[in-house]
Amino acid sequence: MSMTMTPPAPAPTPARPSIRRSSAGPWRSAKSAIASTLIVGSLVVAIVPLVLIVGYVIVRGIDSISWAFLTDDIPILSRSEGPGMGPAVVGTLLITGAATVMAVPLGVLGGIYLNEYSARTALGRVVRFLAEVMTGVPSIVMGLFIYSIWVLRFGVSGFAGALALGCLMLPVVIRTTEEMLKLVAPELRESAYALGGRKAGTILRVVLPAAAPGIVSGALLAVARAAGETAPLLFTILTVNATNTNLFHGPNTTLSVQIFRNAQQVFPGPQQRAWGAALTLIAIVFIFTLLSRGLSAVFSRKHRV
Amino acid sequence: MDEIDVTPANVAPVIEGVDEQPETAREVVFEIRDGAVRYGSNLAVADVNFDVGAREITAIIGPSGCGKSTFLRCLNRMNDFIPGAKVEGRITYHGENLYDPKVDAAEVRRRVGMVFQKPNPFPKSIFDNVAYGPRINRFKGDLHDLVEQALTRAALWDEVKDKLKKSAYALSGGQQQRLCIARTLAVQPDVVLMDEPCSALDPIATSRIEDLMVELKRDFTIVIVTHNMQQAARVSDMTAFFTTDVGEDASRVGRLVEFDRTHTIFTSPSDQRTEGYITGRFG
Amino acid sequence: MAIHSELLPASPEHLGDSRPPGRGVDRAFRLLAFAGGILVLVILALIAYSTISKAWPAFRDEGIDYFTSDVWDPAHAAFGTLAFSFGTLVISVIALVISVPVSIGIALFITEVSPRWLRRPVVTLIDLLAAVPSVVYGLWGLLVLVPALPGFYQDWHDLFADVPVLGSVFDGNPIAGKAFMTAGLILAVMITPIITAVTRETFATVPQAQKDAALAMGATRWEMIRAAVFPHSRSGMTAAILIGLGRAMGETIAVALVIGSSPQITEKLFSSGDALPSVIVNQFGESTGTYQAALIGMGVVLFFLTLMIGVIARTVLARSERKLGAA
Repeated sequence: MSMTMTPPAPAPTPARPSIRRSSAGPWRSAKSAIASTLIVGSLVVAIVPLVLIVGYVIVRGIDSISWAFLTDDIPILSRSEGPGMGPAVVGTLLITGAATVMAVPLGVLGGIYLNEYSARTALGRVVRFLAEVMTGVPSIVMGLFIYSIWVLRFGVSGFAGALALGCLMLPVVIRTTEEMLKLVAPELRESAYALGGRKAGTILRVVLPAAAPGIVSGALLAVARAAGETAPLLFTILTVNATNTNLFHGPNTTLSVQIFRNAQQVFPGPQQRAWGAALTLIAIVFIFTLLSRGLSAVFSRKHRV
Repeated sequence: MDEIDVTPANVAPVIEGVDEQPETAREVVFEIRDGAVRYGSNLAVADVNFDVGAREITAIIGPSGCGKSTFLRCLNRMNDFIPGAKVEGRITYHGENLYDPKVDAAEVRRRVGMVFQKPNPFPKSIFDNVAYGPRINRFKGDLHDLVEQALTRAALWDEVKDKLKKSAYALSGGQQQRLCIARTLAVQPDVVLMDEPCSALDPIATSRIEDLMVELKRDFTIVIVTHNMQQAARVSDMTAFFTTDVGEDASRVGRLVEFDRTHTIFTSPSDQRTEGYITGRFG
Repeated sequence: MAIHSELLPASPEHLGDSRPPGRGVDRAFRLLAFAGGILVLVILALIAYSTISKAWPAFRDEGIDYFTSDVWDPAHAAFGTLAFSFGTLVISVIALVISVPVSIGIALFITEVSPRWLRRPVVTLIDLLAAVPSVVYGLWGLLVLVPALPGFYQDWHDLFADVPVLGSVFDGNPIAGKAFMTAGLILAVMITPIITAVTRETFATVPQAQKDAALAMGATRWEMIRAAVFPHSRSGMTAAILIGLGRAMGETIAVALVIGSSPQITEKLFSSGDALPSVIVNQFGESTGTYQAALIGMGVVLFFLTLMIGVIARTVLARSERKLGAA
């Protein structure tokens, strides 16, 4: 036992094991190599479906895309072939847009409340906690909620769908706004106060602009997610074959809903339209996501200490 | 468990007055020739040439930012983990090129242990902290014995023998640092690198660690980076003085100015910069 | 710091050239912000109230049978949801079993293995995975995966046919492309980004000193991960798994398209089944009265289940953050 602590004997140096060979045996390095391979492998496992799905959607959908596809009405007879998806494109933009107009300002206000007015209060903690929990509420539940509280009274409309999407976006925008406001240096607020600024003015003109790229980035991500949602729209907007630009009256439709309906058809015509709609939707969603990533890269560069 | 039985009889118990040690007995552990470190395209440390002798304490001193710690991490290849860091020149360990592609870096770190600036025990019990190294190295003997020896050598055993199962975080800063030393010793290294091991400690804890270093050098080779010149003067046999060269383009490169016996460095340095640094600090 | 020096010179004019808002404006803005924050509580309360009240007839008529019976026969006013809850549980477990190791692997790749320049692209890629709409996963699953899987399932079944438990788990009733397993597979892909994101954030908080300590003792990368990264991240990983579970349970559209809509309670994973959210979307259009109340009731069940899981997950996460903050 006592030998275990014996250090290398002094000169003349006995044969010293080379540092080229691991004294621990090959198993440990092998285990680490296996672990590293599995780690890289897991990344590949995640990328394969992404490439497969996106690739497949592009290959199948690209033939459908044309000006007529993006603007023509949806065929009344669902089994018929050919374009278009015009009403769904318009519906997606209108409904997502309306949801954004409602959720982003309110969410930013909520984030301001959490970070600037109640960072350490009990109510602030409760709101922050529940906002986080609310991001996990299933979208179908939001659909049922708006159905129960709005549709049963006022009927289906694009606006009802926008309400459901807005409820999904709200907690995301609140949390991002709060996080981004947290990154704004306190000195900035102090210097504004020191110049005689009031709280509201300081927040609106100094703090918010400093955090704006981050907030916009978060909001874009929320918009991307909302644009792809289907479940909360199915019984709040129903569906329609002709463009309905009136958000407050009558059924509407979106690309996501059209994909869901057409995917379940056995005829080639509607399936083809589903692929086309899927490509259009992925394009919209990816553009928003990449815009958001780009903005957040700019923002984080700016904040690097 | 007595320390006597783990100490080779033929090592002279020289604790101070290293100058008496005959030059011929000097066994070289690290041989550094034109050592340099780059981060990406920036040169961080350059022109390092010295030898580290076995069972000596070699101190690396110099103003902050001169690349002392960066250089220290070359000696056990901890720089491998810093993205973009690249070591140039030739550094050998017992005659083997440390940066030969065939060298197993983990094996190097098993032989060349390291104690860090801030105590960094794992969130585990005192026992498990010391046992971590032997366990991953598949130590076959009596683990409890080994842990006790390591803690004894780190002068911590008496303070912790009744609470080995307690969390390491329950210890004071000085005790945590000695625990980290024990943890390093338990791997049975040849060399122990210390990166400003006392900078986070109070004077009493510092003095205990200094005593410990002198004790340990009977069996181990120690290289210590310190910003505390008195510490270097008190404990080390050899001293390397680094400084920062500021180039015309405001680039900062750490360079070795002088390497000699500690006594010589502190009494009659041959370079003016060394003298300036030492006298400036000593007042 | 950069912001400071950029904005500071501008702020005097900013604040000086127009009148600073008066005290009234200040108070009004505070109230507005308060309303934005409080809206969260209002919406959550309204969700609970409105859905429970609309589902009430079903809860009242069915009583405990609503949860414990597996007889779902709207024509005879029998609304037992057990088979759907079972399906939701089964597909969520399949999804977690597949997704959790993969997600932890990706998180480790980003924090411990990847060269710095590759991190951002990988994160973006995982973001894109999260951005693919649920309905697109469903479309691909239904039109590409479902036709291709039965043969694969059959081979898989043959491989394990003689193994005691697995022989029966890897079987169908009959073997179908639209199955629990198909839904679980698609869900696994869909919840991977969120589990990865939460795990990655936890891994990123592991102190470098701890990693250095392990490495300096000659630990291999894997030994370092086990000694320094995992012990620090236990609660974070638990939370990540719970959040993933919540997502899996509530995911609707992709599951609705590939699960087969035939409620049954069986251990055979290659059989068609059904799950709570997919029943709601598939049957809501044709429902009225108590039938519709029973469907909304499933939404209530989902709401409270996910709420509970979310509360536990966030509590675990908050506690681990506090612990790390204190250490």
